[in-house]
Amino acid sequence: MRLTQGTFSFLPDLTDAQIGAQVAYCLRNGWAVNLEFADDPHPRNTYWEMWGQPMFDLKDPAAVMYELAACRKVHGGRAYIRLSAFDATAGWESLRLSFITDRPAEEPGFGLERQEAGGRNIRYTARSYAANKPVGERY
Amino acid sequence: MNAEPQKPRSGRYDAGVMKYKDMGYFDLDYLPKDTDVLAVFRITPQDGVDAEEAAAAVAGESSTATWTVVWTDRLTASEKYRAKCYRVDPVPGADNQYFAYIAYDLDLFEENSIVNLSASVIGNVFGFKPLKALRLEDMRLPIAYVKTYAGPPTGIVVERERLDKFGRPLLGATVKPKLGLSGRNYGRVVYEALKGGLDFTKDDENINSQSFMHWRDRFLYCMEAVNRAQAMTGEIKGTYLNVSAGDMEQIYERAEFAKQLGSTIIMIDLVIGYSAIQSISRWCRRNDMILHLHRAGHSTYTRQKSHGVSFRVIAKWMRLAGVDHIHAGTVVGKLEGDPATTRGYYDICREAFNPQALQHGLFFDQDWGGLRRVMPVASGGIHAGQMHQLLHHLGEDCVLQFGGGTIGHPMGIAAGATANRVALEAMILARNEGRDYLAEGPAILAAAARGCTPLAQALEVWKDVTFNYTSTDSPDFVPSVSVA
Repeated sequence: MRLTQGTFSFLPDLTDAQIGAQVAYCLRNGWAVNLEFADDPHPRNTYWEMWGQPMFDLKDPAAVMYELAACRKVHGGRAYIRLSAFDATAGWESLRLSFITDRPAEEPGFGLERQEAGGRNIRYTARSYAANKPVGERY
Repeated sequence: MNAEPQKPRSGRYDAGVMKYKDMGYFDLDYLPKDTDVLAVFRITPQDGVDAEEAAAAVAGESSTATWTVVWTDRLTASEKYRAKCYRVDPVPGADNQYFAYIAYDLDLFEENSIVNLSASVIGNVFGFKPLKALRLEDMRLPIAYVKTYAGPPTGIVVERERLDKFGRPLLGATVKPKLGLSGRNYGRVVYEALKGGLDFTKDDENINSQSFMHWRDRFLYCMEAVNRAQAMTGEIKGTYLNVSAGDMEQIYERAEFAKQLGSTIIMIDLVIGYSAIQSISRWCRRNDMILHLHRAGHSTYTRQKSHGVSFRVIAKWMRLAGVDHIHAGTVVGKLEGDPATTRGYYDICREAFNPQALQHGLFFDQDWGGLRRVMPVASGGIHAGQMHQLLHHLGEDCVLQFGGGTIGHPMGIAAGATANRVALEAMILARNEGRDYLAEGPAILAAAARGCTPLAQALEVWKDVTFNYTSTDSPDFVPSVSVA
């Protein structure tokens, strides 16, 4: 399966030039750019591991691309990497863009467990097949 | 407009009838206080009725006045409780229509009650005989009054965080046909649409609990579809479960069941009434539930310019009452919506402060005092081929709902959903890259369609579909260039 979290998951994977253009857009808006990676793609896994601190006050997308390359060296092919942009404007103070830049070589997807309960209720649990394995062996 | 008194009056409180203008409801020198509630009405007086007297009558009948003098006014600080018409302007380009600006003291209103606000301002006066027609165009709600409301339980920012979706409009679809599907078949539409790439599906306004599909059945099948689609995509999905019902007890019962099933969002119709909306909003706040409002019925009083209540007023009331989503027009779709007027509605929903913008129908500055933002929803006759126009007119903080434009796709519902999602992401990508996406829109879509057959088919099927009709509700003011 293809994990469709993030702003651009229905498009072909972005090239570095395309990623750089999105970073430039974020910097033009004064947003801080952040890189994160994860080996548990569950949609409620909010806190991916941060690759360093969010990059505030950047002027040049090249710095983000440099960090992305460094992150890929360690996690490329074995985890998801996402790039997000944070807007500190009053009343927002949240992300304004978030998209996946890198995916593991294989995406085994999720199983859905159903527990039948009274009144035809069903309790649902989605489990990532990859996350059933210990950290470090997932992808 | 009232008959002249039979004999000369010696004082303001002599028994009998007086002009409203002379009773204290009209004062062109009155300077509205920052704490006043302000309203602007479009009045069309009956032939022979003086515009200023008609305006004063509106102020009187929407505050303390009755048709004759009553001595019991003297038991009150009546000067304070009288609304005051402080300005009357002819409507540009219209015959015998006037904008009447009226100020109401803050103490006329109960805190946190749209029912009280609306009963005061539109409760009685719209049937007043000396007026041919009357329309409430806009209101300025002082920040002291705004702060008596809790507002949207979730708001745009927290909704995005909860759904983990940023930087693009959300995508939805209303399940069609809106009547007749069984719960099991209904859930099939939900599953296909969500799996194909939509974020939300939606019950329609009149899907409640009819004999062909009882509400529990719908909720159960819909949540199976939502959970299955989440597992297939790894993405948060939702379906607006319409909890509108004949009484508040049933509304709560349905909302509780939606919560128990793990739904992220429920839905209500505007016709359940303002008290019911405020009640369910409070429930949503307590239960971390996103609240979608379908503006069912609004066009009966918002559409015609001469009489009724403008939708911008309804949007303001609903931001106070506390809804997270509100249908606010598409501009390009099948339902009424002039671009400039619609822009005004969207600004009311989404901005922290609205400056006066007559060209968008906003007559006053409005400070929202930190009240959360409402996500406007564009629904009705839109399709993937309009993506550049939709993004241009509506921006990225909205829900684009393609009902027919998803379910009517020749390759099926999931393909329709994929077409919409690909079109949207391609347009956002291009916009962020700094391209002139409005002018290049068709080329951007065509390029995206080369890698996406469902999009290519959607563009082909709906290529010529537009709804170019003249809007009935458009602004009365157009910006003009002047040399200072």
